[in-house]
Amino acid sequence: MSKQIKPGDMARTDGKPLLHLENSDLMALPGPFADRALDPAWAPLPAQTRENYECLLDDTCAVNVPHPKTRKEEEDLVRSFLSGLDKLFTKENNWTFLQPLILTMEHCARCQTCSQSCHIFEAAGGSEIYRPTYRSEVLRRLYFKFVKKGGLVSAWQHGDIHINWPLIARLIELAYRCNLCRRCAQTCPIGADNGLVAHELRKLFSQEMGIAPKELHDRGSMLQLKVGSSTGMNSVVVKDNIQFIDEEMTEKTGIKVETPWDVEGADVLLIHNAGEILAWPENPGAFAVILNAAGISWTLSSDLAGYDSINYGLWYDDAQFARVAIKHAEAARKLGVKKIVLGECGHAHKSLSVVADRILSGDLNIPRESSMTFLRDIVMSGRIRLDPSRNDFPVTLHDPCNMVRLMGVVEPQREIVRKICPRFREMEPHGVDNYCCGGGSGFAIMSGNNFPDWRFHVSGRKKLEQILDAFADCLDPAIPKYICAPCSNCKGQFRDLLAYYDLWEKHRIFYGGLAELIVNAMVDVERGFIEWEWH
Amino acid sequence: MTILLYLTIYASASVFACACLFRAVRYARIPIHLRWELYPVPHEEPERVKHGGSYFETGDWWKAPRRFSLAGELRFMIPEMLFLKGLWEFNRKLWYRSFVFHFGLYLLIATLGIAVVGALFYLLAPTWMAAGWVGLFQISCKITGAAGSLLAVVGSLALAHHRLRDPGLRIYTTAGDLLNLAFFSIALLVLSAGYLARGPSAPDLLAFARGLITFDPNLEVPVPFASGLLLAALLVAYVPLTHMSHFIAKFFTYHSIRWDDAPNRRGGKLEAKIAEYLTYRPTWSAAHLAADGRKTWAEVAAHNPAQEGRK
Repeated sequence: MSKQIKPGDMARTDGKPLLHLENSDLMALPGPFADRALDPAWAPLPAQTRENYECLLDDTCAVNVPHPKTRKEEEDLVRSFLSGLDKLFTKENNWTFLQPLILTMEHCARCQTCSQSCHIFEAAGGSEIYRPTYRSEVLRRLYFKFVKKGGLVSAWQHGDIHINWPLIARLIELAYRCNLCRRCAQTCPIGADNGLVAHELRKLFSQEMGIAPKELHDRGSMLQLKVGSSTGMNSVVVKDNIQFIDEEMTEKTGIKVETPWDVEGADVLLIHNAGEILAWPENPGAFAVILNAAGISWTLSSDLAGYDSINYGLWYDDAQFARVAIKHAEAARKLGVKKIVLGECGHAHKSLSVVADRILSGDLNIPRESSMTFLRDIVMSGRIRLDPSRNDFPVTLHDPCNMVRLMGVVEPQREIVRKICPRFREMEPHGVDNYCCGGGSGFAIMSGNNFPDWRFHVSGRKKLEQILDAFADCLDPAIPKYICAPCSNCKGQFRDLLAYYDLWEKHRIFYGGLAELIVNAMVDVERGFIEWEWH
Repeated sequence: MTILLYLTIYASASVFACACLFRAVRYARIPIHLRWELYPVPHEEPERVKHGGSYFETGDWWKAPRRFSLAGELRFMIPEMLFLKGLWEFNRKLWYRSFVFHFGLYLLIATLGIAVVGALFYLLAPTWMAAGWVGLFQISCKITGAAGSLLAVVGSLALAHHRLRDPGLRIYTTAGDLLNLAFFSIALLVLSAGYLARGPSAPDLLAFARGLITFDPNLEVPVPFASGLLLAALLVAYVPLTHMSHFIAKFFTYHSIRWDDAPNRRGGKLEAKIAEYLTYRPTWSAAHLAADGRKTWAEVAAHNPAQEGRK
């Protein structure tokens, strides 16, 4: 592994990736994985992928950008990039994030304080291309050279860079080697935001060049805007699935469970990440059990996107982001609910509560609340009877970045877990200092080529270390253990990460949501809501 | 010669003030962005600041009055500004160098302040100065000036050394970065040497400040001391033209971004501001944007590219 890669190397024309990683290059893991031989081998990038797509950055390929066929096509792509670069710094095109972007461009001191806070940089053994300032430095030099039209003095002051298609192709991939967790920004003494830089680059590629991972765009926001959900479920299918879940929950809990749909004037519109309905049906089922038991006036919406809280535009495209946020608000407005409660999905929390806040005006500005506070208020109100001894197993809590560091919802979920889980233990660090699960910013749903290998070995490695440390005293497989991850994307990452390292089979480490823990402790529900079966 | 020095100092101070103002106004006039805060936000309720919580932790948060603790912000800002607390926490190796440098600069700013106040006292209350206050000003200037110069020079050299030695810093270090640090070292070394070598009959800093304020043409400033003052003046003018003006940027990155958790209220000022931005006409080229330069931002956001042609 070469650690001395420079920003200018992005423009290398040798057709080779800048970085190759071996397991021996990676951060050491504790406990059972201290022996590096137990670290699974990476699947190599298929030769066909290299043949067809630009894979010039590292050992994987996330975006699948086809090679330009002609010299002219290559030049057109460079021109298109430069045109997008200009637009990124105009208020007409990018008022949404212009101020933080310009401040980051003009004032990063490149002191590298942020580097040590980045789980990807650390996990990759300090590989230069994953340093938070590396991609920012490339963009900064492009900004001063092409947007500010800097000459020789500027190059001398800010550093020069040569632009060509290989640089842009690498930058496209590099924009997708950051989880946008913004832990780096939290530590910056000046307040520069290198996470934002990855976000803005993704926007440039999508909004100007039409380039984005298909999981986020074609099968993500476009599918959601077409049928209502990125899962592909339309309103008929989702109602069928929820009916099936209701029946299963009724059987499992011994309580009649019925999910209300499209109730006008309900107090609460609950919006789940629709992925839960397909992958973890016990989560929306648990919500229905809790809300009915607590006597809440609530409903789901069958309107377009009204039953799927995901908003992948948050990660790569402002227009797609705004479109989906507006659809969510319109669904609530149509029903005349008093508030929207967001289910267990971190990015949906931040999308609709925080980032979309200034887009939703007038009667679209309907109050939004986190399910963490909503559930906390139910649990603490005594409206449902709980028996903590039913959760007598080690539990640790994962903090979804979007919900915690980026939204400040830290304690409500802890209040619940402390009340109902006698063997709760924190990960270290936790709360606003947490580490990303490694699936953030869309990675959890990006599984093309060998990208999952990178996701588990690099972006998920720090979280894996935290999990092993949190359960270090009880790794014995006779003891079932539970990672409470109140976020659908994080759960997707945990499911895949635990399977990759065989942690369920070897150490009985399980994962799930918060609502499931609550129902598992409910006295009026038959015992054993959490089934401890790997699916 | 002395008049030329005065003029240079006033011109530099003017450049400094104008450049700072220009930069601050430029940043302030950029449209309000979408919310992008990071927690903890120190103006939250103290109990919440401890764990980094926000008002979103309250059920029906929009019904509760919004708390804003200025004391909370000050509790964060003062240690950050004076002692670079963030760097202490997250990059100790750099803090030893950076703090020395910055604290040296603070002492030099204090020296300048003391000299100017002392000079004003000379002019406005000469009897006080004659009664012994002058000694207090002189000794204060000497102590803060000597300590400030020493720390700033050592700090800038240590920072330059660190930039060149540390591989993680070296490849990001430009010639401009090194010049910036060298400029500090050279200006302050020349100023210090000139001051120390100026001779007993030459003006000290207090006397020079008095001459500067009164535009006294008879003040004889030795060439080495004048050279130091000239370089320092040019340095003052240079700083806000570079990324070293982060003392301005930091106000915005903290108050307008990291801590900006102001919720959008129906009919509120924020809503009115955003309404203006929604009339902008973006020109992004990707087909799904449908931003042709005629549609407003609001129209682009209301457009559904996945259902084009469907009715």
